[in-house]
Amino acid sequence: MMKLLLVVGIILLAPLLGGLLTGIDRVVTARLQGRQGPPLLQPFYDVLKLISKETTEVNSMHRFFVYVSLIFVIFTTVLLLSGGDVLLAIFALTLGSVFFVLGGYASNSPYSTIGSERELLQIMAYEPMVLLACFGLYYVDRSFFVKDIIASPYPAVIFLPGVFIGFTYILTFKLRKSPFDLSMSHHGHQEIVKGITTEYSGRDLAVIEVTHWYETVIVLALTYIFFANANPFSHVLAVFACLVIFFLEIIIDNTFARVKWQQALTSAWVVTAVLSTVNLFILSYFR
Amino acid sequence: MSFIKKSPWILHYDGSSCNGCDIEVLACLTPLYDVERFGVINTGNPKHADILLITGSVNEQNIPVVKQLYEQMADPKVVVAVGICANSGGIFAECYNVVGGVDKVIPVDVYVPGCAARPEAIIDGVVQGIGVLEEKRARAKKKIPAKQQNGV
Repeated sequence: MMKLLLVVGIILLAPLLGGLLTGIDRVVTARLQGRQGPPLLQPFYDVLKLISKETTEVNSMHRFFVYVSLIFVIFTTVLLLSGGDVLLAIFALTLGSVFFVLGGYASNSPYSTIGSERELLQIMAYEPMVLLACFGLYYVDRSFFVKDIIASPYPAVIFLPGVFIGFTYILTFKLRKSPFDLSMSHHGHQEIVKGITTEYSGRDLAVIEVTHWYETVIVLALTYIFFANANPFSHVLAVFACLVIFFLEIIIDNTFARVKWQQALTSAWVVTAVLSTVNLFILSYFR
Repeated sequence: MSFIKKSPWILHYDGSSCNGCDIEVLACLTPLYDVERFGVINTGNPKHADILLITGSVNEQNIPVVKQLYEQMADPKVVVAVGICANSGGIFAECYNVVGGVDKVIPVDVYVPGCAARPEAIIDGVVQGIGVLEEKRARAKKKIPAKQQNGV
């Protein structure tokens, strides 16, 4: 019974947190640009408006993929926040992204197709780092389970500073921030920049937005795992670290221009190869 | 409670404007006027947009473009004609290729006069457009047919 309550709580509260974070993101972004910015609850207004709007359907599969993607992302969120297997969570998250890409291809629109191709490149760029972060966490604590990792005597980030920096680097892809927002930018004024979402409208677009809220919570939960340990005080520190990382991403988003895909892919792989591999090698030498 | 009033997303299309009004439309997004305060986003995608902002008159070449943009937008939707050219054709009304104002091709809900229309006037037009948007949403909810809705 408690487990069921926990799962329902996560499913309901995670998007609320994600939406609130997105609202903070939009206000901070506006302030960084010298504007007043929208109200804090603007993302919720947007989604509720989209739900009330007409939904145009390109074909039936087009919509189906978005809903499947949402289900996998929710599954990942529940798994991570209830102390489950990190590795399984990462695979479920990847599957969610892949379904999202398929949705982009399903419409046959040139803009969506370009968006899908760019999204695939992004997955290629960030996925090795996410996996290595998982392996790093296992290497430190000998368990893939979140509840074991956050119950260890020392925070994982002490052993994995390189992996953590590399992971922060690829968070920019996951949060869809400049310079790596090639496939679906928040600040898109053209179809090509809106990428996969181009052909979605109404309720489907609202689902994509909510999926992104869950994803925001997922990446922050992964950041949290690096800091939390058996010491109760470390959880406060972990929340603080998540907020710092999130704020850092907003600043990066507003400071950098979008890069070409070649640069995004190579830089992500170089960072992954150098930081995480060197980190894991050194770790294996001392243990 | 209606949320469409709190998040009107805009699609901006330049018919055959001299770019005077376009610059004023873009000025609305700058820190001085900052229309994002009202939840306005410049989308650049008809399927995401609620309000179609057209500057400049419609000519023979872009009739299908304007119609297609309008048809691709999801209901409820509103058209705001910005500047005198979009209202009636302006000084270009007599040109051989100019059809006239936007209302010759698609139903227009709000007319914003001016050459060029000032940002304050454009924001006022958009806010009035939000009122029309809400009206259309309420009518669509009561299942009044679309034909009556657009008034054509």
